[in-house]
Amino acid sequence: MAPSLWDGTLSIDDFNASAKALMTKWREIDVEDSLPDWTWKPCCTMGVASQVEGFLALEGVFHTGAGSQTEDNNNLSDERTVEHDTWVQSSSDSVHVYDFHIAYSFSYKVPLLYFQGHQAGGQLLTIDEIKKDLPAHSLNVLSESKWTFITREEHPHLSRPWFTLHPCGTSDWMKLLLGKSGEKDLCLQYLSTWLSVVGQAVGLKIPLKLHCNS
Amino acid sequence: MAARDEEAEAWSEEAARWLWEGAVPLQVHLHDADVTALPPPPPLLILGPRLGYLPLLVSRIRAHFSSTLPPGIDTVWFEYKGLPLKWYIPIGVLFDLLCADPERPWNLTVHFRGYPGEVLSPCEGEDSVKWSYNNSLKEAAFIITGNSKNVMNMSQADQVAMWESVMKGDLDGYMNVSTRLKLGPFEEDCVVRTSSAERQQGSDEPESPGSSKPCRVPVRLYVRSVQEDLEYLEDAIPVSDWEGVSYINRPFEIRKREGRIYITLQDALETLLPEFFSSKPAVATAESEPAETSDSAPDDSDTSRPALSSQRESSATKNAKVKLVRVQGIEPKMSIPFLWVANNLKNPEHYLHVCVYVASPRI
Repeated sequence: MAPSLWDGTLSIDDFNASAKALMTKWREIDVEDSLPDWTWKPCCTMGVASQVEGFLALEGVFHTGAGSQTEDNNNLSDERTVEHDTWVQSSSDSVHVYDFHIAYSFSYKVPLLYFQGHQAGGQLLTIDEIKKDLPAHSLNVLSESKWTFITREEHPHLSRPWFTLHPCGTSDWMKLLLGKSGEKDLCLQYLSTWLSVVGQAVGLKIPLKLHCNS
Repeated sequence: MAARDEEAEAWSEEAARWLWEGAVPLQVHLHDADVTALPPPPPLLILGPRLGYLPLLVSRIRAHFSSTLPPGIDTVWFEYKGLPLKWYIPIGVLFDLLCADPERPWNLTVHFRGYPGEVLSPCEGEDSVKWSYNNSLKEAAFIITGNSKNVMNMSQADQVAMWESVMKGDLDGYMNVSTRLKLGPFEEDCVVRTSSAERQQGSDEPESPGSSKPCRVPVRLYVRSVQEDLEYLEDAIPVSDWEGVSYINRPFEIRKREGRIYITLQDALETLLPEFFSSKPAVATAESEPAETSDSAPDDSDTSRPALSSQRESSATKNAKVKLVRVQGIEPKMSIPFLWVANNLKNPEHYLHVCVYVASPRI
């Protein structure tokens, strides 16, 4: 796979290698952040766990201060309120807990992001509740393209509806972002680069250090 | 040679007519909780097109039950023996998968309230089905050609015409639009052309599918388990939870290393579901029970059911074995060419849906 001919897609083996790289790097850098670690969950067909296939999971990501974001959006000039994520609020109603999964799409040969949010009590969040946690940019896209941005679809391995970002065009923008990398870096950097884009869309803050070399 | 091609074409046309005319007779009952009038309304008998989707029948079902429905906003969903039905799976596939012994009419329950949002993705009627169909079509196009441009660039008029044809079961209308997408048919010499093209990397002919890349066929597999000692399909324990069905949305890739002129259905399923079909001895043979060798009298003579016989030799047999493979209501011979199955038994969104019943000792 010469980089110049690379079409922006990943094979299942590349996906697995990249997932491993992401888990390792995340664990190394994620010291002061309160983010949990990515874990690997093997897929099961009829109770038989797959040796090869699985998905990445980042579960229990807290998003506090829900409900205040709409105010922030109306008041963008006040820079200080944008950092609302870090405020700890006493009311448990406003605590939203998110789970993020990254699965491999054999059809598009790219990663797919699935996520769901629930309240501290376990109740699943609706799209309207999730909207309060999304960045303003995503809200705009969502209002323009209801069916092609964030939708609720069946999780490929859990057989239940999760929110997902449409994979259309993923290989195209990945080609732009990583097309000049060497073959080895390509595979290792793929998921962290991809995550820096899709994470932004769903309000998942990616530690900057993920992109530092070393 | 030309005569044979014509004959094959005629066969394909006939197969398509049968598929598009295929329907499941449904007897739709209104759920007790939604009955507000006495006596309760009689069930509705209605034909569900095999290639259609349940939400597309809702306007006729609502009309039938309208006098008894409670006031409020409808959130319509269907249920079979306690299992909420996924609306984005074609009716024929639901029937083949969930009705082990085909029940005619198929007794379904319709609900107008209490949508099980944790189990089913939200459905806003026809629009949701259309988008789900279009997304599947885009995905299939990406699998076949390596991009979704043909579908994305469809004119508005063509998009409307295609969706109308799918809703009405109008094969001619569908063919008019569909042939312009250039998503097939897969040619039988796909493998040969693929192997030569691979040597001269990235050369010309970007238009024809499978010329410069391995040929990829969109397949969706639904694997459900049944009792190990099941003798009669009518005794199969109903699916009570979608977690009991493994859904595998994965293209089948035909590569040069297969080294054959054509690939059988058996070959394709072995590749897609190695756990259940593989006839190669698994690495973990050491842990196979001695009992297995003593009772292994492989009935190789029974060529019509190679799945069962080859499975018997495999060490994976311990876990599960294939009882039944169903495509479009048919139990195809496992020896027929896979590309014929893909070309002639696919749904309009270019996916081949295959239901596989696997015997599991855990049931």
